[in-house]
Amino acid sequence: MTEFSLTAEDFERVSVERRVQTIVRPSLSYWQDAWVRLAANRRALASLYIVIALLLFTVAGPWVWTVDPTAQDLDQLSTPPGADRRAQIVEPYAPWNGVFATVTESLADTVGATAEIQLVQPASTQAVRLVWAPVLGASGYRVYRNVYDPAPDGAVGLPLAEIYDPRQVSYEDLLDLTPTRYWYSVIATDQSGREAEEYTTLAVDTIRVITAAEAQTRGLVDLETPLSLGDEVRVSFHPLGTDYLGRDMLARLMYGARVSLFIGIIAPFFFVLTGILYGSAAGFIGGRVDQVLMRFADFVVALPFLLFMILFKIAFGIGPGESGVVPMLVALVVLSWPATARLVRGQILQIREEAYIGASQLLGAKTHYLILRHMIPNTVGVVLVTLTFAVPTVIFVEAFLSFIGMGVAPPTPSWGSMCNEGIQTMLNHPHELILPAVLISLTVLAFNLLGDGLRDALDARMRSRE
Amino acid sequence: MPNTIPDVSNSLTRSASFQLVWLGIAATLGFALLMVLLSWASALTGSGSSTLNAIDAESGTLTLQLSTEPPQLDSTRATDSVSIMILGHVMEGLLRFDANNQLVPGVAERWEIREDGATFWLREDARWSDGLPVTAHDFSFAWHTALAPETASEYAFILYPLKNAEAINTGTLPSDALGVRAVNDRVLEVEFEQPLAYFEELVAFPTYNPIREDFYRNRDGRYGADVEDLLYNGPFEMTVWVHGAHLRLEKNTDYWDRERVRLNVIDIPYFTTDTTAALNLYKDGQIAIVDYLGAEQLDEVLQQRWELLRFGDGSVWFLAFNFDPGRVTSNWHLRKALQLVTDPSELVNRIIKLPGNLPGESLFPVWLQGIDGFFRQEYPAPQIALDASAAREHLRLAMEELGLDEPPSLALLVDDTPGAGRQAEYFQNLYGTQLGIDIRIDRQIFKQRLAKMQNQDFDIATYGWGPDFADPLTFGELFASWNPNNNGRFSNQEYDQSVRLAQSSLDPRIRMDAFGRQQEILSEEVALIPNYERGRVYIKDRRLQGVVRRAVGPDPDFTNAYIVETP
Amino acid sequence: MYAYTLKRLIQGVITVWFIATATFVAMHSVPGDPLLNERGVNEEIRRNLEERYGFDRPIFDQYLIYMANMAKGDFGISFTQQNRSVNDIIREHFPVSATLGVLAIVFAGLGGVLWGALTALYRNRLPDVIVMFLVILGISVPSFVIAALSQLALVGLNDLVGFSVLPVAGWGSILHMLIPSLVLGLGTMAFLTRLMRSSMLEIVNADFIRTAYSKGLPPTRVFIKHQLRNAILPVITVLGPAIAAITTGGFVVELVFAIPGLGRFFVQAVQQLDYTVIMGTTVFYGAFLVFMVIAVDLIYGLVDPRVRLE
Repeated sequence: MTEFSLTAEDFERVSVERRVQTIVRPSLSYWQDAWVRLAANRRALASLYIVIALLLFTVAGPWVWTVDPTAQDLDQLSTPPGADRRAQIVEPYAPWNGVFATVTESLADTVGATAEIQLVQPASTQAVRLVWAPVLGASGYRVYRNVYDPAPDGAVGLPLAEIYDPRQVSYEDLLDLTPTRYWYSVIATDQSGREAEEYTTLAVDTIRVITAAEAQTRGLVDLETPLSLGDEVRVSFHPLGTDYLGRDMLARLMYGARVSLFIGIIAPFFFVLTGILYGSAAGFIGGRVDQVLMRFADFVVALPFLLFMILFKIAFGIGPGESGVVPMLVALVVLSWPATARLVRGQILQIREEAYIGASQLLGAKTHYLILRHMIPNTVGVVLVTLTFAVPTVIFVEAFLSFIGMGVAPPTPSWGSMCNEGIQTMLNHPHELILPAVLISLTVLAFNLLGDGLRDALDARMRSRE
Repeated sequence: MPNTIPDVSNSLTRSASFQLVWLGIAATLGFALLMVLLSWASALTGSGSSTLNAIDAESGTLTLQLSTEPPQLDSTRATDSVSIMILGHVMEGLLRFDANNQLVPGVAERWEIREDGATFWLREDARWSDGLPVTAHDFSFAWHTALAPETASEYAFILYPLKNAEAINTGTLPSDALGVRAVNDRVLEVEFEQPLAYFEELVAFPTYNPIREDFYRNRDGRYGADVEDLLYNGPFEMTVWVHGAHLRLEKNTDYWDRERVRLNVIDIPYFTTDTTAALNLYKDGQIAIVDYLGAEQLDEVLQQRWELLRFGDGSVWFLAFNFDPGRVTSNWHLRKALQLVTDPSELVNRIIKLPGNLPGESLFPVWLQGIDGFFRQEYPAPQIALDASAAREHLRLAMEELGLDEPPSLALLVDDTPGAGRQAEYFQNLYGTQLGIDIRIDRQIFKQRLAKMQNQDFDIATYGWGPDFADPLTFGELFASWNPNNNGRFSNQEYDQSVRLAQSSLDPRIRMDAFGRQQEILSEEVALIPNYERGRVYIKDRRLQGVVRRAVGPDPDFTNAYIVETP
Repeated sequence: MYAYTLKRLIQGVITVWFIATATFVAMHSVPGDPLLNERGVNEEIRRNLEERYGFDRPIFDQYLIYMANMAKGDFGISFTQQNRSVNDIIREHFPVSATLGVLAIVFAGLGGVLWGALTALYRNRLPDVIVMFLVILGISVPSFVIAALSQLALVGLNDLVGFSVLPVAGWGSILHMLIPSLVLGLGTMAFLTRLMRSSMLEIVNADFIRTAYSKGLPPTRVFIKHQLRNAILPVITVLGPAIAAITTGGFVVELVFAIPGLGRFFVQAVQQLDYTVIMGTTVFYGAFLVFMVIAVDLIYGLVDPRVRLE
């Protein structure tokens, strides 16, 4: 126990306070308070910025980056992001008749090795033309191509062609040529189709080429600039690379964003709206009407969501040239409104019991005043949060449906269908998968965090604890 | 006053951590128990043989993966390639295809084909898996069943060369009017509706397989549904069939030609359409073949230095037009315009990107036999020189004839596979930039696409046709005006006459000339635009040899396959 | 309690009827003809097929026949696999999906509760930050990306180690089930972790916890008996819909890992317009979910004595 010693001074009056109550800070309305709280939450603020950035990307992006997302550049399929590439001007492609040799009979048992392979002309991405010396006793030839050196273990690679005519000693390779090093092997076959034991391999470096007409059509050069064979031009630049049909990824992502976000925002908007109307009607009217309305909502909730999304899509059918966005929207709205209705109804029921409603009525408030002044503002918070959480859910659903092929129809891009296409080339061209997947994840994340932040900011219970 | 409220959080944290650890241990143990229970439950439905590797030389076992399982194995109703492949391993018909894709004796020891009919002499030692011999009556019963209207067999048409077959199938004549007779247990007599040059080719088709009547009737309508609902007379018999999960074939020791069968077991514990999963299984050493590789997987395969093989599956893919007079595609100039800008080589080399595919030049693929050699060598396909300005001129003429101010908008009907989507987008861009024609892509699932095609609800459609038998007629008759598969309703009198000639003549020269003429007509009239002849590359374990690939017949065929220790 | 259970069960039956009707309506408004196949079929054959499947009657008759059959538990015969009944298909493949789903829920539940409790305890310290980061990834990355990547990772692992640690695909033993169900449960696990965490944090501040302390109860007892138990309640509520999400969302996992489950069959049936299988599976799933939700509600009522049932 501590010792006190009290003196007379201790009992003197300290001071006289005239004003006991002062206003410490300005009075804030519910919304202003919520905003302050939201702004203080760093994560929520960051996600808000991200959402705004995404919307800008979607809406304003195509005005800045004006590349046509449907333009196919078959010379630049699935190229990775960035990089500056040049191409040489060449003549347009002319069909080649190949080289044929006379065949001499052979007495040997086995077929010999191909002696030498040569290029007929410089190898380019337009064509690679090979010719080789005829092999004694061959009934045909097989041409292989590899992007790795076959030398150590004889892994000759892709079987490009099987030639049945022993007189044909040439081959023109047109298959998916990219500027890289190829190893071509030509193996002679005997009558029963068995391959020779030995063969020759030729390493070939192809260069990227383009015709003068192409260069002009694509706008890579001015029309006045004279082009001669051998000149170098820069090919079109794609900052995020291209997809499997040579379309610019950045442009596709922007247009895909439009589709995904359109569905992701419009659908929740509509089903939340429907839910509010339905739920508040039910909650407010109460009684039997409420029971019946809620029963119906329960039935709709019970329908297995994904199964019915698929069924709806098939039932609507998608005609030629349609994108499939509208059926998906309709299906989403039809299947999702009951959840919001339930929520809103619950809120209304809760608010109805609150003391201030009773007090307001005692003070003479009319019904519509109660609705406008008390009920709606108190539900808006909940609704807003639901809306924010609904967006990522819908985006996920759309991505999932597109992934299993039940989403939007080509050529309409959407992030989900781009992921679907990207998964197939995941190992070779990861950028086709990573870019849309990252965007989906970012959007989902941003909306989730924003929803969290909104919920915290709008939560009246927490408010009273400040 | 001092703060005497105890600091709750620290001690709470410590003890709670202990509690959590105990909880964790309890959960893990409970979990393990659950796993054991579940594994027992799933063993009832699972494949179970996950420890076997792709190739087991000692036991002669081969492990494979299939994309789908056969819906059922009733040979009178089988239509898809997987069913035909399995049937080719567990059953045998009168004739079969050997390792060089030649027709050789199967159940029939020898046979004679005449102008009005054929006779087959069956061998003595052909047996069913329950020991009873395979008799001529079994064939007769099977063919009668396939043609019976109640069976609703979709391949009944392949039996139409038999006398009165078509009438029976449409219900006009009773079943016993069929021109097939089992003279005795060993001899089968067949009468033809009209002279037929290619009957041998047809007989090897699974619909012609034998079925034992007493067994069939005994199964209560479930013939072909499960392991016990089938009798086997082929190189293998099925021992396990867990639907969608596991299929297992074992060497049939009662098979008359068992000497040539060197594998003991073919085990199929994986069914998936996902090619990446299949590739992963191969990489893991679980399966011996990945039959279908996508263009995106080639780089991976090359990096792994596996052996790649190519195989043309014999089918032809093209753009079909709607010839209904109300459609713009019935206008020749319009079709010509499209033909002059379509470069099959670009489609194959830049879009499809798979070796094994050949740019399309004709309805008749390169592998068809002609008189002495290949049909396309004896009758080369007409070459089309691409010409964009001539195409635009044709388009202008078409617009004049049709009374249009602007290039028409066309609906392109495709199916819903990813490859089809790519091709559709390619064509959309091609015709849009070259001719200014707006292509609307109509992507439908299989059944709906079929419905639209048969109702002529399309302008252009991508279409593919695989051969039913190894004769150019299987392709030629596709565009005959009476053929229900001629969805565009292309109709040309000279063409029809030519097809009838090819059907009824027995002279090879006359027939091949007819097919040559058909090829020309199709090109002149632009009845179709050939896109490509489909092929694929696949990978196979080097220790597995003797696998036969076919365009017509069961494919792939492991009945002659064997395992070598060191490749 | 019994009256409530009975009432819920009756409601459940009516709901299932509703689902069946909705499915029937949806299927019959689909354009396209389920009896079609590639090689054109002639009239007689077509008529036979129609008769067998009952298409020759007017729609309302078909509906009545269908309902009557369903009440008897007969879903008909599959169109594409003409010798298998839909019941067979469901019977053989649903256990696979169910096993996968149960395991996924177990993973999700255990993981969610443990991680959630952990992060609530170590709030704002290192474990919390790490776990929450992983949770965020789990929620935002699409499930099919995770599935594909995990299979790749497995292959890489097997490669690295030299032998097959875990099978890459297929079905049949415990080992086959581990990774697919883990992948399937990840999304729900992440969600449950967050839920558990916020629920725990709320409870910590609740009045009755403070009362318990001030009464002198040992902290451990407070934690287990009050905090944990109360925090689990919202988790149980969410478990109902989570079961739904997992059983239907299993399709991607079944596809990537070659698992012969009902989800994969369903999508195949949709692609082939196999009416009977589609209807049978949808009704089956619908019924399953309805009764699962009822079960969860009843469990909730048992666990939480405060709930006064309507």
